[in-house]
Amino acid sequence: MRILKSGQQIDFMGKRQTAAIVSLVMIVVAIGSIVVRGLDLGIDFTGGTLIEVGYAQPADLEAVRAALEQSGHGDSSVQQFGTSRDVLIRLGGGDGEGDDSARLSNDVFAALSQAVDSEVELRRVEFVGPQVGDELTEDGALAVLVALIAILMYVAMRFEWRFAVGSVVALVHDVVITVGLFALLQIEFDLPVLAAVLAVIGYSLNDTIVVFDRIRENFRKMRKGTPVDIVNRSLNETLSRTLVTSMTTLLVLLALFFLGGEIIHGFAFALLIGVLIGTYSSIYVASTAILMLGVSKADLMQVKKEGVVDDGP
Amino acid sequence: MLNQYPLWKNLLVAFLLLAGLLFALPNIYPQDPVIEVTGARGEQVGETLQQNLLAALERAQIDIKSSELKPDRLQIRFRTPEDQLAGQDAVAKALPPQFTHALTLSPDVPAWLSAIGGQPMNLGLDLRGGIHVLIDVDMEAAMQNAVERIAGNVRTTLREERIRYVTVKESGNGVDVRFNDPELRDRAEKELGAEYRELAVSVRAEGDDYYVRVFMPASEERSARRLALEQNITTLRNRVNALGVAEPIIQQQGERRIVVELPGVQDPGKVKDLLGATATLEYRLAHGDIAQAFEAESSGRVPPGTALYRERNGQPILLKRQVIVTGDEMTSASSGFDQQSGQPAVYVNLDSKGARRMRNVTTDNVGKPMAVVFKEKRTVGRDAEGKPIRKWIEEVINVATIREPFGRRFQTTGLDSPQEAHQLALLLRAGALAAPIDIVEERTIGPSLGQDNIDQGFASVMVGLGLVLVFMAAYYRVFGLVANLALVTNLVLIVAVLSILQATLTLPGIAGIVLTVGMAVDANVLIFERIREELRVGSTPQASIHSGYAKAFSTILDANVTTFIAAVVLFSIGSGPVRGFAVTLAIGILTSMFTAIIGTRAVVNLIYGAKRVSRLAI
Repeated sequence: MRILKSGQQIDFMGKRQTAAIVSLVMIVVAIGSIVVRGLDLGIDFTGGTLIEVGYAQPADLEAVRAALEQSGHGDSSVQQFGTSRDVLIRLGGGDGEGDDSARLSNDVFAALSQAVDSEVELRRVEFVGPQVGDELTEDGALAVLVALIAILMYVAMRFEWRFAVGSVVALVHDVVITVGLFALLQIEFDLPVLAAVLAVIGYSLNDTIVVFDRIRENFRKMRKGTPVDIVNRSLNETLSRTLVTSMTTLLVLLALFFLGGEIIHGFAFALLIGVLIGTYSSIYVASTAILMLGVSKADLMQVKKEGVVDDGP
Repeated sequence: MLNQYPLWKNLLVAFLLLAGLLFALPNIYPQDPVIEVTGARGEQVGETLQQNLLAALERAQIDIKSSELKPDRLQIRFRTPEDQLAGQDAVAKALPPQFTHALTLSPDVPAWLSAIGGQPMNLGLDLRGGIHVLIDVDMEAAMQNAVERIAGNVRTTLREERIRYVTVKESGNGVDVRFNDPELRDRAEKELGAEYRELAVSVRAEGDDYYVRVFMPASEERSARRLALEQNITTLRNRVNALGVAEPIIQQQGERRIVVELPGVQDPGKVKDLLGATATLEYRLAHGDIAQAFEAESSGRVPPGTALYRERNGQPILLKRQVIVTGDEMTSASSGFDQQSGQPAVYVNLDSKGARRMRNVTTDNVGKPMAVVFKEKRTVGRDAEGKPIRKWIEEVINVATIREPFGRRFQTTGLDSPQEAHQLALLLRAGALAAPIDIVEERTIGPSLGQDNIDQGFASVMVGLGLVLVFMAAYYRVFGLVANLALVTNLVLIVAVLSILQATLTLPGIAGIVLTVGMAVDANVLIFERIREELRVGSTPQASIHSGYAKAFSTILDANVTTFIAAVVLFSIGSGPVRGFAVTLAIGILTSMFTAIIGTRAVVNLIYGAKRVSRLAI
């Protein structure tokens, strides 16, 4: 089975200006959303108390809100979580009283048990203190930064600085757009989503490296052709692999998105978006970037030929 | 000959595959409901106890599956959770007080398998339900305690050496002692320097005031912090053990944090009360009568060497400042009822130093009243930065006349309820916290949510795997089937490695496995696409296989190393859930490199290697 006709040549780089405009627009919208709307940060980052309860029958949100109002927790946000029987309550304010959070959740739970007829069960309580949230925000940003620097160094060592810059530009592109989408759609950004963003870095890089590897090989192998031709050819040669791998990864992510349950929803969504954007960026962003930086045959020729692998590993 | 593996490589693949299957095997055994009995404070479970409990269960007509005596615990397996619950009552009645019991689940792994080290993966709290608490140790308070201790010691030493000082003032990481005579100051410097070798001593003069400063050098400060953290961990462990929780985790995290994980526990209020409690007892002699106490209260002046306290009913009372014994000197404590009055009581045992002092004081003061002070540090509010403000709450719970001298063992009454007596005895047994703690994060997962997470995680792994298997077989035919074999093997190996490392599987960990399934085929896709390219340019099938694997290798390596970097970074910065994801991702990368490159090559060689092949099914 083949996705593509063999020998087919698509002129990817011919459309690189259009792609650059598309990327630019996406990035502007993403940054704009982050600045204007802001991220809907989960309690992992903001600190606070969250309670998930399950009812035997579909829950009446109005009754839940009324019960909270009566017990003095009127400033809480109440929403359905996954199924109509599960309700997620984010307690507003009062999160400073850390030592009383257990009593707080007990209070709320007691109020709900009395108010609503249907049998209620406590499924999850999470309390995160404000300083832990702050630390996590710092650590998370630091992690993304450290990962990018480590990757920059590795790629610069294995390839050349233009490739390193190209891959990091692609990664920043992917991360900004993925995070921007969370701001635009106001989807909650919690700890698993942060992990997913870091996984997106890993995945997108994987894709980019495969393309770069082929570009390097073709620069050394092809006698004729402009850098644009060589990049185009490399993209075409790796295109079916790019599509197949994206396909298998998307298949499992769809399984995770639809079957993995509500807690993993944001995680799966971030990865779905990240994989799509990452596939696009390894073709258009990373390759365009190295062309703009003026990669040439001479840059890659000085590198000694790598040790020949004998009969495979 | 092209495309033939030497025998040792084939054997290596076969061996790793078998080992993987073997160590993944413990995970398929069903979990039995279990009651686990452990001894508190070094008490050993033995055969007599086992016989007694089994007899008790038999009398209650409860069917058990098996019972096993392990070095540190006794496990009784049941067939159903209902039997387990019924069994809990019977066990609780028959169990002597120095033992605790807990309900848990444990897989029924055959003896031969556990003998070679086969154990199932640990399930994280998000999968089995329970409480996760992150505790911040108040290091500033710990340092303050250390400085207070230094101040007390310095005063005692100077008094014993009869060196007259003006004031001892705590400041920063030490104390300033003021003298009005340089000679006294110099003597003090010598004595204090000789007495406290771990501390630094310096001198200075301001006008007519002469100072000696005794302070903690940086190394001492560090070790004081470490000690405070270690003692808190020990105390928390003692308290958790007293709760009767199976497989609790109490771990240091960073320089000032402690993680406590309690599987299966569902009542966060109770847990937090117990973990954070600072209650202790102090014994002091009373001074004067009620009239004097009221007078001191209204005038605000107390006789020298005394302090004003309140009893639980609000009545004032004067107590001597000198403490006879504190909670630190108690070696054990239990709760019960006073035989005469029927009131709840705490029975206390003192260590030899405390017992000697108690005997001396009570011998000298027969007929005089002695008071028991209940001390507890409570959070009374928060400052602007959200840090807790704590205050000692001190109440006199009991004043009784010393009828005769006593020493090592005695009882205290005056507590509000049997529960309070029980809680206090437990706290006295477990020891005091070296520094106050603050719970900064808490997650409680109900058992039904845990089961849902397992079911959903399992379903998504299976469906995701199924989709990929179908796709690969359709797209690469025979080679696709080989890749599928590698993919399934990869899953088995991940489970085996997680089991061997006894890593904890969490929901994000399952997500990591799912992601690995998607990405693991990437290596095979790279190889197969290369083989197709080679075939397209006219290479023979054998040569195509050979150069396909060879050329794809460095690409695969680069791609995986970079993803691995991301996983390592994730692991090093992440807390619980992120770490779980990073661990499975990293393990998945390593095992998938093995299965996708070496594993598939072995199978491809077996199918196509060393024979005439006119075309490949790829």
